[in-house]
Amino acid sequence: MTTPKEIEVKVGFKSPLVMGSIGVLTLVFLGLLGRDGMVAFEISRRTDSLQLPTLDIDSSLLGILSGLAMFALAGFSLSRAIKNLKTPTWVSIVFGAVGVTALLGWLAAEASVPIAFIAGTALVLAVPIILGAMAGIMSERVGITNIAIEGQLLTGAFMAAVVSSITDNFLFGIIAAMVTSALLSMILAIFSIKFLAQQIIVGVVLNVLVIGITNFLYQQWLTEDAQSVNFPGTMDIIKIPVLSDIPILGPVFFENRITVFLAILIVPTIWFVLFKTRMGLRARAVGEHPLAADTVGINVGRTRFWWVTIGGSIAGLGGAALTIGNAGAFGREMSGGFGFIALAVVILGRWNPIYAALAALLFGFSIILRVWANQVSPGIPTDFITMVPYVVTIIAVVGFVGKSRPPKALAVPYVKG
Amino acid sequence: MKLELRGITKRFGAVTANEDIDLVIEPGEIHALLGENGAGKSTLMNVLYGLYTADEGHIEIDGVKQNFSGPGDAMAAGIGMVHQHFMLIPVFTVAENVALGHEPTKAFGVIDLVQAKKQVLEISERFGFNIDPDALIEDLPVGAQQRVEIIKALSREAKILVLDEPTAVLTPQETDELMEIMRQLAKSGTSIVFITHKLREVKAVADRITVIRLGKVVGSAKPDAETSELASLMVGREVMLTVNKKPAALGDVVIEVEHVSVLDDRSQKAVNDVSFEVRGGEILALAGVQGNGQTELAEFLLGLRKPLGQKAKVNLNGKEITNKSVREVLESGVGFIPEDRQSDGLVSEFTIAENLMLNSSYKSRFTKGLNINFVARKRIAKELVEQFDVRTPSAETVAHKLSGGNQQKVVVAREMSREVSLLIASQPTRGVDVGSIEFIHEQIIAARDAGKAVILISSELDEVLALADRIAVMYRGKIVGIVEPNTSREDLGKLMAGVTA
Repeated sequence: MTTPKEIEVKVGFKSPLVMGSIGVLTLVFLGLLGRDGMVAFEISRRTDSLQLPTLDIDSSLLGILSGLAMFALAGFSLSRAIKNLKTPTWVSIVFGAVGVTALLGWLAAEASVPIAFIAGTALVLAVPIILGAMAGIMSERVGITNIAIEGQLLTGAFMAAVVSSITDNFLFGIIAAMVTSALLSMILAIFSIKFLAQQIIVGVVLNVLVIGITNFLYQQWLTEDAQSVNFPGTMDIIKIPVLSDIPILGPVFFENRITVFLAILIVPTIWFVLFKTRMGLRARAVGEHPLAADTVGINVGRTRFWWVTIGGSIAGLGGAALTIGNAGAFGREMSGGFGFIALAVVILGRWNPIYAALAALLFGFSIILRVWANQVSPGIPTDFITMVPYVVTIIAVVGFVGKSRPPKALAVPYVKG
Repeated sequence: MKLELRGITKRFGAVTANEDIDLVIEPGEIHALLGENGAGKSTLMNVLYGLYTADEGHIEIDGVKQNFSGPGDAMAAGIGMVHQHFMLIPVFTVAENVALGHEPTKAFGVIDLVQAKKQVLEISERFGFNIDPDALIEDLPVGAQQRVEIIKALSREAKILVLDEPTAVLTPQETDELMEIMRQLAKSGTSIVFITHKLREVKAVADRITVIRLGKVVGSAKPDAETSELASLMVGREVMLTVNKKPAALGDVVIEVEHVSVLDDRSQKAVNDVSFEVRGGEILALAGVQGNGQTELAEFLLGLRKPLGQKAKVNLNGKEITNKSVREVLESGVGFIPEDRQSDGLVSEFTIAENLMLNSSYKSRFTKGLNINFVARKRIAKELVEQFDVRTPSAETVAHKLSGGNQQKVVVAREMSREVSLLIASQPTRGVDVGSIEFIHEQIIAARDAGKAVILISSELDEVLALADRIAVMYRGKIVGIVEPNTSREDLGKLMAGVTA
């Protein structure tokens, strides 16, 4: 057998070092110098029929225990590194979970931590980012850079609000959001594939265009006649019987609006199509080496066109989640940079739908953390708290995720010989 | 299956790449298409494969006229092609690459990987290819990647296999293996079109030879034809196949290399405790199968790689240059022809004149204070273009518009027109036409006769035997032997495989 060349890689001591120093910080600042008072972790919501007791612990004790647990994990990582073995992913995940617990406990000294509320809101807030990232992945996997996610989200948000208000039917609103956003993506696709335009420029132009048009319409039309064209309200929350009664998991995953359910379904579906099916193999081939794909009879232009377009419709759904899935009305530039966060999430998730969705959840968590921290302990500067998840992310990316490799033919137009 | 090309003409603007070409491939034969780089062989094959549409003429298979609008049609008709630059996706496995485009599927379009692997294994075993269907392409050596390309064509039931310059990227051993595979395929009834410019390979494996020059068929021959006859047919004039050189007039030691070990990009020891010296007026050839540390050794000598440990020592003309920067090494009198002219030898978007001053961009005849002396550059570039026989409309032509041979002449001109005492030439004639090979060989001999030391790194045994005064054979990072140039091919081959006497 022609076996691949053996490569000897030096693992290094980066992971145990980073883990150890975070452990020290946790032990000292959240533990020894921590805040006094009991903290209660609420497993059940007060409205639940099944009430489980809260988990109570002293805030500074939790900090000390967490710091020690982090030392143990760092020690394990060190013992692996000495044997030139990588730190397993589960260690990083457990480490992150311990860190988050300690942080929540520190913030909520003499108060309680509503776990289900925080996790559920993080998911709802993450949905537009998740769906925007899916659009980015679908587009970039076939080799087209999609800077226009922001514009696609904003289009979806606008159309969902307006069409739902006018027709008084959320389904029409969702369909309008998806179709309009897909049409917008077609512009990107056609300019990139047919006219070989610089994809980043097309994307930026589309964003500016959408912001301009929605601002204009918002001012001239939506504010004038808000009652009839921008008053959709939010969709009803659907409770899945039995499943929604499970503590924590129930309220987080099984008691949501349709947009959240769709996002939960779409992520694994895209993963499956991309990595397990013929369609996905061909799409990835087009994004890696279009000429090779062409020589085995795959139509490069058509593949790129449909993946970008369908990706756009998913971003449109993400936009709908902003208005009729959360806010209840359209506001000026309400996507507020979510499209660009989605772009970062695509890279952070290494062009993998599952990883990207997890990265998006991290951003959702950091948004709700800021809001909740402000309520529970107003004395602490929230900007500092908001920073924490991002610092963790950067450390995770540098230390644990490893090298990320974009599709080879990304942003390169394919010209047939 | 009998394939006929009838009166194929293909033009690109004013340039006629193929003119009225007739070609008949009989079933089960190995048909060599011989011609220099740029003669129009690849264009013809791209027409056959449906990547280009012919302006005139047509293709017949078993007497039936074909109309290919894309590679898919050609494949369906039973034509398989192994491109010079492989059409493989580096991050996919062997099985995924082979299956791509005609994937076996289960319900919902899910790829049946078990089936795909089985297909690879079946073909691999039938021809003794030894390919692991689960290996990623990027981890495989070039020779194995080429076998994957052949499997890809065979899995689509190709009756005619076109191999476009298949040996250009292969080591001598891999070339021999490939020729054996070609014979087996022909025996099992597959016709093979073998595109090449290497005469020895053609004579070794072809049943029939068609020679193409400047886009036209200029003759056909049997493999028992004289090499010189084939060469003159291909080039259009008498070709000198052996290099004339005087006995070496040895001077003082120019470069002394002691106990050098170097790591490669993957932090593996690529060069392991190598020592040698080269005198003025001498050509030392570093022979060996590619990937045995030659590249890393050359890059170390130039200062691109740091030595491992404290023992390494390099003296140039008595002065130590071991840990000097690239600029200091160049200034101390080293010329370097890198092995990959496309990525390391030239800036392909620059003009010839700009490329010629790449290593003399400061304090040189090209400069005036902090500025470029454009008048001087123009004059020098014109002189060098003439002196080194670069075939170009002008010295202001962009480098990537030149043929491979002429690009290489630009690199040679740049490195040889400077005052150097040591010339390191790494694969100086790879992918270069016969005329340019002759010229570059003459230049290397001339440098040696002018008293310079030359280190020639080459995986082409012909070239090593033609030029070397001494041959150092490298195997797994070590020099396993330094021998005289009259050593037999067989003995050299053994050394290259690591067998020491």
